[in-house]
Amino acid sequence: MSDKPIFMTFARSDVTNFVVLMIVAFAVIPLTVGSDYWYTSILIPWLCLALAAIGQQIVMGYTGQLALGAAGFMAAGAFACFNLELRVPGLPFAGSLLLSGVIAAAFGVLFGLPSLRVRGIYLMVATLASQFFIIWMIDKFGWFKNYDTSGIITAQDIEIFGRPFTSPVEMYLVVAVVVIVLTIPAINLTRGAVGRSWMAVRDMDIAAESMGISLLRTKLLAFAISAFYCGVAGALFAFTYLKSLEPVAFDIKLSFEILFMVILGGLGTINGAFIGAAFILLFPVVLNSLGNTYFHGMIDATIMSAIEQVVFGALIILFLIYEPLGMSKLWTNLRQRMFSRKRAGDARALRKPAG
Amino acid sequence: MIMQRTLRGAMVASTIAAALALPEPVVAQETQYFPIASSRVGPYSAMGTGYYGAQIDYLNYVNMNGGVNGVMLTWQECETEYNAVKTVECYQRLLQSDGQKIVVFDTLGTPGAYAVINRMRDDQVVLAQYGYGRTDAADGTVWPWVFNAAGHYWSQIAVKMRFMAEQEGGVENMRGKKIVHMHIDSAYGREPLPAMRGIAEAWGVEVVEIAVPPPGLEQQSQWLQVRRERPDWVTFWGAGSGMNSTGMTNAARIGFPRDRLIYVTFGAAEEDMYPAGDSAVGTYAMANALPGRDYPLVKAIQEQVYGAGQGNLADESRIGSVYWNRGLGAAVMWVEALRNAQEMHGKVGQPVTGAEFRDGYEALNMTEARLQEIGIGGMVAPFQMSCEEHGGAGKFAVMQWNGDKFVRVGDWQEPLDPDYIRQLITESAAKYAAENNLTPRTCP
Repeated sequence: MSDKPIFMTFARSDVTNFVVLMIVAFAVIPLTVGSDYWYTSILIPWLCLALAAIGQQIVMGYTGQLALGAAGFMAAGAFACFNLELRVPGLPFAGSLLLSGVIAAAFGVLFGLPSLRVRGIYLMVATLASQFFIIWMIDKFGWFKNYDTSGIITAQDIEIFGRPFTSPVEMYLVVAVVVIVLTIPAINLTRGAVGRSWMAVRDMDIAAESMGISLLRTKLLAFAISAFYCGVAGALFAFTYLKSLEPVAFDIKLSFEILFMVILGGLGTINGAFIGAAFILLFPVVLNSLGNTYFHGMIDATIMSAIEQVVFGALIILFLIYEPLGMSKLWTNLRQRMFSRKRAGDARALRKPAG
Repeated sequence: MIMQRTLRGAMVASTIAAALALPEPVVAQETQYFPIASSRVGPYSAMGTGYYGAQIDYLNYVNMNGGVNGVMLTWQECETEYNAVKTVECYQRLLQSDGQKIVVFDTLGTPGAYAVINRMRDDQVVLAQYGYGRTDAADGTVWPWVFNAAGHYWSQIAVKMRFMAEQEGGVENMRGKKIVHMHIDSAYGREPLPAMRGIAEAWGVEVVEIAVPPPGLEQQSQWLQVRRERPDWVTFWGAGSGMNSTGMTNAARIGFPRDRLIYVTFGAAEEDMYPAGDSAVGTYAMANALPGRDYPLVKAIQEQVYGAGQGNLADESRIGSVYWNRGLGAAVMWVEALRNAQEMHGKVGQPVTGAEFRDGYEALNMTEARLQEIGIGGMVAPFQMSCEEHGGAGKFAVMQWNGDKFVRVGDWQEPLDPDYIRQLITESAAKYAAENNLTPRTCP
């Protein structure tokens, strides 16, 4: 019974999971992965997008608000971070990140307001406004881009305590630390009273309201926290992955991708955000790589590129048919099957709340 | 249990890593490796298939004829979908392969070019923009690693305005005229504006900027605005055949004369014109590499490479089209730069490094005679690079669509006031250098 999770505290399996992940993230990966490609093109974008997916997860998976526009908040965070670094001398990078998250959160509250009136698919259309408005605002007013003629600006180098973090491994470590520092409170929030009220609103908002949960507070808090995560993710994405800031990089397509990450990963789970981000980001890369390695020159390259997209689309459909609860559920089932044989009596322990 | 889990994870990771690692071919002779960051799917596929198809065809052609002083050319392809985020991934993936590091990168797209441009110095890779990308990179003192061999957007807009002035009977007749700049709402669409605004002010021309949100298929309201504004000319700055053909159909719908409509080089291909049908007839378009199959090199590739069944285009009829010829021009410059680099660094018959390739690209001197010798005389404008000048010829030719093919109108033209364009470039590059604490190198 010692493994029974109590809200806001951690079960023993949580701690072991955490320790294993920390060892992998800060010892195994930096010691074994030598190729810059893995850091700059796989690990860094994966972690950044996973963080944005956590944001989407909070508003959509936990609070049940069908919001679309995560990329808009990411753009807000990215450009806020650029301007803070540029215009506020002496502000440490962590401070810029935090403040850019706060600025994105303010936009989140603003665009979360329609959620008090409309819901479902109509809310999705209403939240689209954030996507277009934020990008339009950045494009329209040259101040945000420091009056750069081309409209694409270079992100400043990351400096922490006077030490530049520019090599791929260093940037990976920065991203990993930020993602971990933000993931833990996300898990805590979803398991605590705030998360309970989010889920109550998700499951039936009228019932939640009649039990004394303020819809205004709960929904806007979800939007704010969601946008905060997206904003920080956007800043990291621009500063460590793209190394340049361009509004077009945060287009509606990215919003949709983040939405798919959450749906495929598993709604209402934090690990689903990581699994979904990995799938959406990495699978096209794997397919393209396999195609170029094994079919190089055999099939017309144009057809090959098209086939990759067809295969990717087919895989998404298959996943949704066979595991509508997302890959996170698939992972839980797999784990259950692997360990239930040895620890049949402990199956109880695995039946912990999602998260 | 933890050990098991970690082990299992490690096994999965190593399997994926093994699958991702490209096989290393046994190197029997000297090779030089090139990246093909193609964009074959999506709205810009016509561009990508033609341009990168020509590059691969030319590399094949060079190999069939003994390579570059015996050095065989190899390449790996990666699909970017004309997407900046994916271009970064492709750049990192293609960076090392076939046991070599890349010496040059070509994104065929301004968004992609901007996404990788700041990595060039550290990675020692040449960014060979060929008629796209960051304009102020033409200042070689601030951008030693970036080149634009096919003219940049500021020269292009200046040549467009020169063409208008010639049609109107001189610059003095331009006073009081109105030009609509209809552009895709992206950095690429806004890139020509600084030069355009400057020239318009000097000439007393009114410029109306109308933005079309990407992907640019919805233009009804913008064209209604054109009808209200009654401009004398429209410069259309679109991307992708969908947006470009929609522009002409909408112009036809409001009755705007097509011979007052000038398309940018990225709307100046057969694939942009065909979908618009009769609406396209009479439209002007800019060229930095002229289409046509009569150039000796084009004929030779068609005979040798396609004759041997190794052509990259699925549709052979696209040989000699605008994008294919442009890609051919770009690939010719790579090979010429490689030849220069081998000779300059005493490495004839050996592969070169990025720094050596850079020197070779900077030493490009494509005279009319050399272009004739290669077999593309007249297809591109002659030019010479130097330590300061990374902008190529800066000359463009105007073409007109006759419903079936492009007809060239006039010779290669440069801006009326090249010094003004150069001054804008130097100013912009100096601003970039100051913002990023770069010390521009001094040229001899």
